[in-house]
Amino acid sequence: MEFDWGFLGTGNYAQKLATGVLTTLELFGTAWVGGFIIALLIVALRAVPFKPLGMLMRLFVEYHRNVPTVVQIMVWYFGMPQLLPDDLRMWINRGQSEFLFATVALSLNVSAYFSEDIRSGLRAIPHTQVEAGRSIGLSAVSVMRYVTVPQALRISVPPLLNRSLILFKDTSLAMVIGVTELTYQVKAIENLTFRSFEVFAISTLIYLACSLLIMGLGAWFGKRFPPAFKV
Amino acid sequence: MLDILSNYGVMFLVGSWPNGPIGGFAATIILAGLGVLLSFPLALLIGLARAGSLRWPRYLATAWVYTFRGIPLVMIIFWAYFILPRMTGVTVPAFVTALCAIVIYESAFLGEIVRAGLQGLPAGQTEAARASGLSYAQTMWNVILPQALTNMLPSLVNQFVSTIKATSIVYVIGVQEVTFAAQQINSIELNSALQTFLVLAAFYFVACYVISSLAQLLEQKLARKRLGLA
Repeated sequence: MEFDWGFLGTGNYAQKLATGVLTTLELFGTAWVGGFIIALLIVALRAVPFKPLGMLMRLFVEYHRNVPTVVQIMVWYFGMPQLLPDDLRMWINRGQSEFLFATVALSLNVSAYFSEDIRSGLRAIPHTQVEAGRSIGLSAVSVMRYVTVPQALRISVPPLLNRSLILFKDTSLAMVIGVTELTYQVKAIENLTFRSFEVFAISTLIYLACSLLIMGLGAWFGKRFPPAFKV
Repeated sequence: MLDILSNYGVMFLVGSWPNGPIGGFAATIILAGLGVLLSFPLALLIGLARAGSLRWPRYLATAWVYTFRGIPLVMIIFWAYFILPRMTGVTVPAFVTALCAIVIYESAFLGEIVRAGLQGLPAGQTEAARASGLSYAQTMWNVILPQALTNMLPSLVNQFVSTIKATSIVYVIGVQEVTFAAQQINSIELNSALQTFLVLAAFYFVACYVISSLAQLLEQKLARKRLGLA
């Protein structure tokens, strides 16, 4: 087999790859931030002592955990417009509706996992820790600052980072609805140039580099902030 | 939703079978089951190498795990689609291509489960076995693995659930599983995309929810057994 990297200089293939990488990062970033905000909302709502609400939130979390991400994306992209009024649908279709729906689907998906990770961090701190902190004279804020939050973060952050890695890889699933992220562009370039090996190699290395960065962050965090106690 | 289910229920379940290859949800389960089953021996080797003291196997296994955990499954499927026919010289069916990609992908995750299972046992177990004169292989086979595998069981079941969900992307290379069936149904029924995909979601939901609950039950049972209550 011969390798020919020359195709990158011709046409707009290098530019296609670059937009692919950018779209992937953009999708990851917006879905991450959106997912985190929704997750905080879910955690707050699940603390409300109102049974139906709690059950609704549980259903939300279980749906997103037990249905494949691809299917969730399809439900949003192919299914949801059916419920929208015609002019709103037209307005959405004029813009980049693929990106919008992929962001919504990925945000909701990751928020379900994020909320569970945050909750497990909060629940792992026994209330006696707060009482002990208060009784030695710390203010409520100081208790949070020095006692509860550091411990909760040590429990929550590693699974949050792990889930972020999965979210990053899941952005590749947005290709099924035509979001022009990296995997989509790879397929497009391959179809035009037939330089499969070269295109796959470049994109695999890009994915791997980003993933290793997130994994490295996780390893660093685990070393720098080891768990305070075994759960 | 119900009329989609009653009109296309069979297609969701088995695809075009018996007039064609078995497809639908049955194919999803077969693909995921074979994927976990076939990747397990590979994962066992990876786990043993990762937990072991031999340097080069450990490096190799670590590189394997980090690489395949860091690449999206779609990319691995593309690679398999590209490489397999060149390696074997024949056209490889889409199902086999997808299966190979899934085996490689899952071996990295299962390998980590095996490693955690091995490292979760107290070091005293290995030391006692070796001190009583068992070889490394005998220690692993008779003492460590039986205990470690029992402890791993819930994680293995959960990984099976993850694999079922992961197989949903293989329709991109034309494997006729349940997501493929839903796409077909969606192109026949032009105006009920939402219902079609919600039925598809329901199929996955029921299967994955039931199996994860099973894993949870298993975990509680094992925890009770470890405490000596059962």
